[in-house]
Amino acid sequence: MSSETTTRAWGLDHQFDSLEQQREASFLGMWIFLVTEIMFFGGLFAAYILYRWYNHDGFVAGSHELDVTLGAFNTAVLIGSSLTMALAVWAAQVGRRKLTALYILLTIALGLVFLGVKVIEYRAKFEHHLFPGPGFEWPGPEPAASVEMFFNLYFLMTGLHALHMIIGIGMLLVLAWLAWRGVFSPENHNLVEGMGLYWHFVDIVWIFLFPLLYLLGRNAGA
Amino acid sequence: MAEHVTPIRVYILVFLALMVGTAITVGVAYLHLGPLNDLVAMAIAVTKATLVVLYFMHVRHSSRLTKITVVAGFLWLAILVGLLLSDYLTRGFLSS
Amino acid sequence: MSERQGLRSLNYLNATVGLKSWLLTKDHKRIGILYLIGITLFFFLGGAMAVLIRLELATPAGDLVQPDTYNRLFTMHGVMMIFFFLIPSIPAVLGNFLIPLMIGAKDLAFPKLNLASWYIYMIGGGFALWAMLNGGVDTGWTFYTPFSTTFSNTYVIATALGIFILGFSSILTGLNFVVTIHRMRAPGLTWFRLPLFVWAHYATSLIQILGTPVLAITILLVAAERLFHIGIFDPALGGDPVLFQHLFWFYSHPAVYIMVLPAMGVISELVTAFSRKRVFGYKLIAFSSIAIAVLGFLVWGHHMFLSSQSVYAGVVFSVLSMLVAVPSAVKVFNWTATLYQGSISWDTPMLYALGFIGLFTIGGLTGVMLATLGIDIHVHDTYFVVAHFHYIMVGGAIMAYLGGMHFWWPKITGRLYPAFWSKLSALMVFVGFNLTFFPQFVLGYLGMPRRYHAYPEEFQVLNVMSSAGATVLGVGYLIPMVYFIWSMRYGKRASSNPWGAVGLEWQTPSPPPTFNFVDSPTVDHEAYDYTVRPGDQKVA
Repeated sequence: MSSETTTRAWGLDHQFDSLEQQREASFLGMWIFLVTEIMFFGGLFAAYILYRWYNHDGFVAGSHELDVTLGAFNTAVLIGSSLTMALAVWAAQVGRRKLTALYILLTIALGLVFLGVKVIEYRAKFEHHLFPGPGFEWPGPEPAASVEMFFNLYFLMTGLHALHMIIGIGMLLVLAWLAWRGVFSPENHNLVEGMGLYWHFVDIVWIFLFPLLYLLGRNAGA
Repeated sequence: MAEHVTPIRVYILVFLALMVGTAITVGVAYLHLGPLNDLVAMAIAVTKATLVVLYFMHVRHSSRLTKITVVAGFLWLAILVGLLLSDYLTRGFLSS
Repeated sequence: MSERQGLRSLNYLNATVGLKSWLLTKDHKRIGILYLIGITLFFFLGGAMAVLIRLELATPAGDLVQPDTYNRLFTMHGVMMIFFFLIPSIPAVLGNFLIPLMIGAKDLAFPKLNLASWYIYMIGGGFALWAMLNGGVDTGWTFYTPFSTTFSNTYVIATALGIFILGFSSILTGLNFVVTIHRMRAPGLTWFRLPLFVWAHYATSLIQILGTPVLAITILLVAAERLFHIGIFDPALGGDPVLFQHLFWFYSHPAVYIMVLPAMGVISELVTAFSRKRVFGYKLIAFSSIAIAVLGFLVWGHHMFLSSQSVYAGVVFSVLSMLVAVPSAVKVFNWTATLYQGSISWDTPMLYALGFIGLFTIGGLTGVMLATLGIDIHVHDTYFVVAHFHYIMVGGAIMAYLGGMHFWWPKITGRLYPAFWSKLSALMVFVGFNLTFFPQFVLGYLGMPRRYHAYPEEFQVLNVMSSAGATVLGVGYLIPMVYFIWSMRYGKRASSNPWGAVGLEWQTPSPPPTFNFVDSPTVDHEAYDYTVRPGDQKVA
């Protein structure tokens, strides 16, 4: 492989017999980790399903407080970042060092846009006394506790999701630097592939969060 | 098994499909479909997730073991939700 | 490879020296030893709690400690024993050490992740230890809400955080094992040539991967409720405390299989080695391990029969719980059939294995009794339950752990221990265990509640028997500490295969070299081929 830098690309770890074995182990390992993440978020989805059934009207009222435009925009941004991440993996597969780093940086940028929008949304919730806890206020006809339960789950689920994004962005920064230094090659770019899997997973969680949180009961009259 | 390189064209197509799916989800939310609203929203979400898994995450061209792993993850979530709801949904069966 | 050569030449213990070479090791064998130190510490801490509990319960009056203190004692006993001793014990010590050896690999798939798992374990343990030193927690290891979220004034979050962190250690170990077993077996080592110890750990790892994350999110929710006063589980704020129980037991029931499956894996190895006979029904045992792992996820509601769970759900959980007993029973029958007409040697590991088979059977059968709705209504939250799970966890899992340690000690350290003292302690453990816990079945059936520090006069005789038994049991646990440590300096040096057993781990010196095998082995025979004399094994 050609590289303009003096950094040697990563090779074969001592416990493996071949690069193929190493790559398959790495891919499987990351997927197993993602299965744990499915179950981790899954607990929250289970709580959401139960509590939405118990508190339907309160959940609809809470959902109406969310901005669909911002939510849809963020969904598009995150899907876009998945595209750039997939392209980063492609670039690593074909040995394009600088392009790999560039696509990773683009992914980071889009991720930061997403988080920026979330800050705007969270700030609005605080200002309207919709943050759960002693400061929660709900003047409307629906019982306050049931609307607060919606916001419990809204903040827990989007908060946990945002935390995963922040950690992901941190790791992508390191990844971009490593890519720039030329440690990845067509033979071993497992870390790029692995981070890609993680990032796509975070996207998938949002693909479910968006309709469940933002689009409840939007078809109600008036 | 040698690594499969997905053509960029495929990535772009999947991206466009995901965007269209998002638009449809938002649009349908404003229609009056009763209980179907939830179903349609989830069906679209599942379709989008499947596209991401198969193409962005390369599962389409990965080993059978990987595919089983992915299925197992979602299956286990279904077990959690399913058996959990089996308690709550059947509590009212006995008339008190 | 000459046996004597292995001892005098470099092995994984003396290959590098210094604290840093241990704390930064990537060698799965050294990491196993690091775990051994950690879990032994927590075992004795949890044991100290048990001593105080049994001291208090020797008299009917609550006269040794305050009721509040008693709550903290049984809580910390449970937390330490379950999370910081039993869950890691066999997988993190014996699994880590042996799995690469048993499959002919140089190490696990992710050695650095393995080391990270140990650090994560120690950090989690540190939080739990800190909480204990500051008065502990009083909620029971089950952390039921709303007491844990709203009313308890103890260090719930610190302890819960320790367990949360420990969960990552468990997950990463499971992840490492699954990838290793799938992708790193030696040439010729097909799935059905694997030692049953490996099958058992594979099944265990599946549970760790699929179950632990749900515990993690549950703990996070408890912490969030305590910190931010949100009402996920608080009925006053629209939450449901039974939801906590569902989420908690979704992990915590499979967790008991995390504790018992590796133990069963050890027993398979011991029974075959000390009957010098291949395991009867190898495939049945292998598939039973997977069946237990899968079915174990479908039964959690049997902890909630009396919690206002739907009766119909209760029936479903009851039937499924009886179903999960079947593969366990299949294993017991197969081990017994292995013993039949075998050439039995009464070495210490075998004593533990035989003890396991009997005690696990009792524990398992009483589990089926508890799964029966009518009986559970009567004995729920009594000492019957306490006796049941101690028969499985102590009579079962701990005996298997000790049996495994006694079997593989020569491989791990290159030393033998004195047979007289080891057999004596095995006997003391067996007698002490039964004296401690059998009376508790009777106590529970007679109605003595669990987690109570005082009880009616008429229960005293049985309680005194139990406390006396606990003393014998305690001594039985202490003696091996002494001779194991003694053996490291003064024990006779072990050959590569002191028991004459079959398995790849016995084909390499005791202790093994850092990279396990001089030449990578290939495998062309079944797992327990006792028709071929050990030493005649083909090692490529």
